[in-house]
Amino acid sequence: MEEKIPAVMMRDITKRFGSVLANDKCWLNIYRGEVLALLGENGSGKTTLMNMLSGIYFPDEGTISIDGKEVTIADPSDALALGIGMIHQHFKLVDVFTAAQNIVLGLPGKLDLKEASRKIREICERYGFDVDPEQKVFDMSVSQKQTVEIVKVLYRGADILILDEPTAVLTPQETEKLFAVLRNMRDDGKAVVIITHKMHEVESISDRVAILRKGHFTGDMLTKDTNAQEMTNMMVGRPVELNIDRPEPEDSRPRIELKDVTVRDEEGLLKLDHVSFTAMSGEVLGIAGISGCGQKELLEAIAGLQPVEEGSISYIEDDGKHEELIGKDPLDIKKLGVALSFVPEDRLGMGLVGNMDLSDNMMLRSYRNGKGLFTNRKDPHHLAEMMVDFLEIVTPSVETPVRRLSGGNVQKVLVGREISNAPKVLLTAYATRGLDINSSYTIYDLINQQKQRGVAVIYVGEDLDVLLELCDRIVVLCGGKVSGIVDGRKTDKNEVGAMMTKLGGVSE
Amino acid sequence: MFDFISFIPRAVMQGVPLMLGCTGETITEKSGNLNLGTAGIMYVGGISGVIGAFLYENAAGTEMNPFLTIAIPLLCCIVGSILMGLIYCFLTVTLRANQNVTGLALTTFGVGLGNFFGGSLIKLVKTDIPSVVLTRTSQAFSRTLPFADRLGWFGKIFLSYSFLAYVAIALALFASFVLNRTRTGLELRSVGENPGTADAAGINVVRYKYLTTCIGSVVSGLGGLYYVMDYASGVWSNNAFGDRGWLAIALVIFTIWRPSVSILASILFGGLYILNVYIPTGTNLAIKEIYKMAPYIVTIVVLVISSMQKKRENQPPAALGLSYFREER
Repeated sequence: MEEKIPAVMMRDITKRFGSVLANDKCWLNIYRGEVLALLGENGSGKTTLMNMLSGIYFPDEGTISIDGKEVTIADPSDALALGIGMIHQHFKLVDVFTAAQNIVLGLPGKLDLKEASRKIREICERYGFDVDPEQKVFDMSVSQKQTVEIVKVLYRGADILILDEPTAVLTPQETEKLFAVLRNMRDDGKAVVIITHKMHEVESISDRVAILRKGHFTGDMLTKDTNAQEMTNMMVGRPVELNIDRPEPEDSRPRIELKDVTVRDEEGLLKLDHVSFTAMSGEVLGIAGISGCGQKELLEAIAGLQPVEEGSISYIEDDGKHEELIGKDPLDIKKLGVALSFVPEDRLGMGLVGNMDLSDNMMLRSYRNGKGLFTNRKDPHHLAEMMVDFLEIVTPSVETPVRRLSGGNVQKVLVGREISNAPKVLLTAYATRGLDINSSYTIYDLINQQKQRGVAVIYVGEDLDVLLELCDRIVVLCGGKVSGIVDGRKTDKNEVGAMMTKLGGVSE
Repeated sequence: MFDFISFIPRAVMQGVPLMLGCTGETITEKSGNLNLGTAGIMYVGGISGVIGAFLYENAAGTEMNPFLTIAIPLLCCIVGSILMGLIYCFLTVTLRANQNVTGLALTTFGVGLGNFFGGSLIKLVKTDIPSVVLTRTSQAFSRTLPFADRLGWFGKIFLSYSFLAYVAIALALFASFVLNRTRTGLELRSVGENPGTADAAGINVVRYKYLTTCIGSVVSGLGGLYYVMDYASGVWSNNAFGDRGWLAIALVIFTIWRPSVSILASILFGGLYILNVYIPTGTNLAIKEIYKMAPYIVTIVVLVISSMQKKRENQPPAALGLSYFREER
């Protein structure tokens, strides 16, 4: 087993971006017929390392060998010629093209879309994909786009596949489907590399894990010989507690009350259907549901960003006074202490400006403060520095444009800013989407701190395990309706899962 | 009664420079390069042709070779336009300078260059009127089909133009075919839509940007040449070209980046441009001035309408105006 030649050998790979050392003398072996999980914290250089394999970046030092032969990968066409295909975290698709046009892009020969469509269908049948070659990419869901990416790579005959955080934007069902396909490919003798942060995924899909820490290679081993705790410790470089603590809510009183809230989207589709619940101060209220079940609309309705058709949302002050939020200006709602941090699929889409640096992004919340004409720049700067320290944001300085940070670090900036706002109500959606395990726990800690300060936290999450460990109560949404409200301490995954897919959750 | 039979040919002749400018700019923009220098490039295309023709007319004397009479100005125009395209590419693609600023600078530069050489030539011919007249070259350029006159209104509307007008239509149709039907077109569009994707697919983004911008510049430059040699009957006077370059850029948006649409659209704009001559306004010059505004008012209306369009296929290339650097984070 150990004697076989690796499909890919990377040796002493070093890559710098200006003064930032992204990879420092990294080693990596990738074998055929194996799924390799590449692990590391956000900004530890996983994507950079893989980008060098796929020809997007060129290494400053080090060698790459394919099947024992040293090669030079100067640009993506070299990588394709060597059979290396990468599915990037941000899809490399042209929105206005059809699936077929995207798939044949860059290939030589005459343009024959009919023949291409036939070949695409053939690949789909072999691996069990569902792709319509004529469909335009902008009409596709995230998981369809990803499928197109995978077909694209297979169409080119790649036998070394790299997937960069493919599951970050998928639902658990879609993830299972993807893993079935990956197992098919592995059994087909292809080499598969998958970057992910979710430990249970690593354990379920991979045969081998390789771990990076701050640009250094810290080791690789067979998945069956290790466990989540050991892998996490290697990633972080010190022992990490893998438990979320859940303090008992203290002095809880109603804070936000929703009654029969109904919301339609622009096309007139019912997104929320008579939703009622109460969020209490000093507790974490989880919102569970299959993605797109109205979570986003719910938070936006509370924050005043979404028009509500009927129902009422009231903010209840400590003395029991009700204040209606519907029809209020979002700014006034914010002044009451309602903070919203929504982490969209593309992370930068909402709440941060990519070209502005960390302190300026902090200022987006506080630019109204300050005397007269002038804004206060000192406090945001100070806040940015504190956050970099506390959340361990990997950045050259607080003057670096946010766009240059790695995905997970961008997110820490966003979530950190909302939390630091010292709100009365904290609305957060997908706060740990795409975050590495250590940062995720930092975020959970922050949420718990807020809870103990008496903040009412509404936490929309995807990961059921986390919801069950973190939340005091969980509101389960199913198709825009409240399927049930359960106690986080007493329920289990099966009950919540059943309620997510079926109103009331009565499973057979 | 409105005289269509004489109006349409004038509208077409007015429209051909716009058509060439628009086709050139469209293919340039398809590569993601927003070349606002088109006005300057058309100007340089015109003056380069004039310089070539001027030198050849003076050198050849009375014995002018019909082939060279066409070929020399044409070649000069192409070289001049390519040089302009190369300046633009070097600045925006290689050095990744801001495209808007570079384009505007190129327009200012092109017009200045044209006026400098135009002024020098005018000094050389020592006439009282501030213009260079190249009658013999113009005759060669504006030669029409001999039997056009015999076909009545049909000949006048469809066949009464010089070869460059037909070249303009052919180029627009050809550009349309390449963009929509060929692999080159697909790859070119992907460069303009999402250069990162094109690059990851193994397409040479820089080469595509350079090539299409230079080809686009040549096509635009031909518009300048047509204007001087045919429309203006070989008379160059400084600044006579006017704002046609800017109208060509507006046309690109009007035609929603489709060269085939540009054929009719530019004739329409050409018609609007000369409408004031054909509508009797009497002695009231103020009304004439209002009619002269027509193309600009239509341009504004068109910009408003096209910005309101929501259809995804009708949007500008997504990466238009952005420079691409592979290792950007």
